[in-house]
Amino acid sequence: MGPLAWMRDNLFSTWGNTILTAIGLLIAYWVVSTVVSWGILTATFVGADGSACTREGAGACWPFITAKFAQFMYGRYPDEERWRVDLVYLLALAGLVPLMIPRVPGKFWNAVYVFAVFPVLAFFLLVGGVLGLPHVDTSLWGGLLVTLVVATVGITGSFPIGILLALGRRSKMPIVRWVSVGFIEFVRGVPLITVLFMASVMLPLFLPPGMSFDKLLRALIGVALFSAAYLAETVRGGLQAIPRGQFEAAEALGLSYSKRMAFVILPQALKLVIPGIIGGFIGLFKDTSLVLIIGLFDLLGIVQLNTADQKWFSPTTAMTGYVFAGFVFWVFCFFMSRYSQMIERRLATGHERTGPAKAG
Amino acid sequence: MAVIASDRGRRAARAGFFYRPEVRQAIYQIITVVALVALFYILITNTAANLKRQNIASGFGFIDRTAGFDVSQHLIDFDASMTYGRAFLVGLLNTLLVAGLGIVLATVIGFTVGISRLSTNWLVARLATVYVEVIRNVPVLLQLFFWYFAVLKSLPEPRQGSYAIPGGGFLNVRGLYLPAPVPEPGFGTVALAVLIGVVVSIAVYYFARRRQMLTGQRFPVLWTSLALIVLAPLGVFIALGQPLGFDYPVFRGFNFQGGMVLQPEFVALLLGLSIYTASFIAEIVRSGIQGVSKGQKEAALSIGLSKGQSLRLVVIPQAMRIIIPPLTSQFLNLTKNSSLGVAIAYPDLVSIWSGTVLNQTGQAVEVILVTMGVYLSLSLLTSAFMNWFNSRMALVER
Repeated sequence: MGPLAWMRDNLFSTWGNTILTAIGLLIAYWVVSTVVSWGILTATFVGADGSACTREGAGACWPFITAKFAQFMYGRYPDEERWRVDLVYLLALAGLVPLMIPRVPGKFWNAVYVFAVFPVLAFFLLVGGVLGLPHVDTSLWGGLLVTLVVATVGITGSFPIGILLALGRRSKMPIVRWVSVGFIEFVRGVPLITVLFMASVMLPLFLPPGMSFDKLLRALIGVALFSAAYLAETVRGGLQAIPRGQFEAAEALGLSYSKRMAFVILPQALKLVIPGIIGGFIGLFKDTSLVLIIGLFDLLGIVQLNTADQKWFSPTTAMTGYVFAGFVFWVFCFFMSRYSQMIERRLATGHERTGPAKAG
Repeated sequence: MAVIASDRGRRAARAGFFYRPEVRQAIYQIITVVALVALFYILITNTAANLKRQNIASGFGFIDRTAGFDVSQHLIDFDASMTYGRAFLVGLLNTLLVAGLGIVLATVIGFTVGISRLSTNWLVARLATVYVEVIRNVPVLLQLFFWYFAVLKSLPEPRQGSYAIPGGGFLNVRGLYLPAPVPEPGFGTVALAVLIGVVVSIAVYYFARRRQMLTGQRFPVLWTSLALIVLAPLGVFIALGQPLGFDYPVFRGFNFQGGMVLQPEFVALLLGLSIYTASFIAEIVRSGIQGVSKGQKEAALSIGLSKGQSLRLVVIPQAMRIIIPPLTSQFLNLTKNSSLGVAIAYPDLVSIWSGTVLNQTGQAVEVILVTMGVYLSLSLLTSAFMNWFNSRMALVER
């Protein structure tokens, strides 16, 4: 089909469509021209402080990002120790990349590394205090480091709790079921902020006098419990999708409850809900920005803190900071959602509709 | 011999007792209850000891005490001399206001974008896709900061000139100034005409449905209702000499006077929440419409319905059944996300109650439990309503 015929079919098929195309063109032009002019044409690329970006009609203030980049990535983690953070990122990539590519063999040992070896290595590398590595207090952590730590620890911590809750909700024992339902529905009914407030204000009250928790650890507990409730519902969906015959067959083999679940039911159920789990992880990754409300400095928190820096005061500093932070979050989330769509296609079992219905 | 045999039997019976499913279940449940009771006992005794040590009172005696702070946006009368209880109500109403308006706005934007994604117009479908992919992959808190700090807070001061909005409104760093409608004598009659129009339209709808069931004849319900609800009251409005004035905001001295003002915090929160939630609603609408099988639409066209009729009578009713359950959870998410208003100083429930009141009284346990209770009841109420609506829409099977 030639380009003219394509345009007639897809853009100008009727009068209504032509008007829609015109409106669409206007919107597209406005968006593209605003982004290009703000981000490139009128933007500032070099400067030592905010005065470089202070002029009539100035666009983005990029020197603000380059000057603060290290802080956005590591927070106040000491300069000479930052290689430890980079090493942790490298170790994580070394485990995650082969795990995520379906063709690479050795998934079992790979998973053992990612879920058992790596967390221990990462903990000692980041916290320090062993093997001559100086201790770095978590109050110095910040930026993308905190965002990633909260998100990954949150999802890893929520896994065992969430699976137990999902099994509990489908249990035949009434008390176990009520406790699970109560916890899941309670947590899902309240905003994450209130859970974080609870973790930061009420948790110290729950503990015996003299015992206290690190602020980051408190946030991690809150986030893990919160996402466990959502994960439980995702996993429950997977459990419900497993045919009865699988439960009965496992029982007929004489396997105990834990063996039935661990070797027959859960492997199938979890595989079914991988896209849902990744979806939950994307949500959690975005929600980590809420920890700034209880005084931790994640990526958004540290950007927010730096926009108030007097040295970099200019009319566009705040906008530049948010666009940068938004872009970083977007890259992570977009990549993950694309990955989950790929997995969904791989796991698809041929029950799809053949042709999508078109509206209007 | 016999002794050994009976001993073995007894041992087997004893082991069997603990292997019986109902016994095991009872044991597990008892363990659960004991563990829970122990946990709560430890938590409560620790909390009581800690509160006593820090000299923090407990109980809800504080809600009758004077609050001593002001709130920038209140739907009911409030000033510093009123009680904490009243402050709680102010915060709750502000939360409900932003959540209610946000739900309406998000639904409108979400349905528009979702339907646009399925448009046969390539450009429109692409634009809608870009909107969804950009907005839903950026944290909502970041979007709130963007609207509040980067957009609304960098607008000019009133004295440096405001952006004029067609129709007599103004936008500046202090907020969005709009003309306030002022009803004049006789406006009640117009309102009454609208009410009568609505009641008669409902009657016409039932009459038309019964007649169509009996005779097959159709009646133009839509046009009759439009005439009854819009045209008739408009006639009354003009006949009575247009009894509705507007109080326009006017720039005087340092600021605008008159009209009504929407605080920048409110505008930012409403915009941020609606735009963010709309991107999820758009995806729900799209998959809902795609979830209606193609055969249904083809069948509708083949029995001679027009394109619009097949959409209105066949596709949308079926799509709604797929759309409503996830839509409910988006409405709940929006309501819960409205608590993020605390980060941009919107005086909602979390900001006033879990923020200011908690700091002033120090009674963390009571304050946070009440906050959670409020959100929990809002969630349960919304899902109860949506379940009722869903059951009304559900397929009636014979």
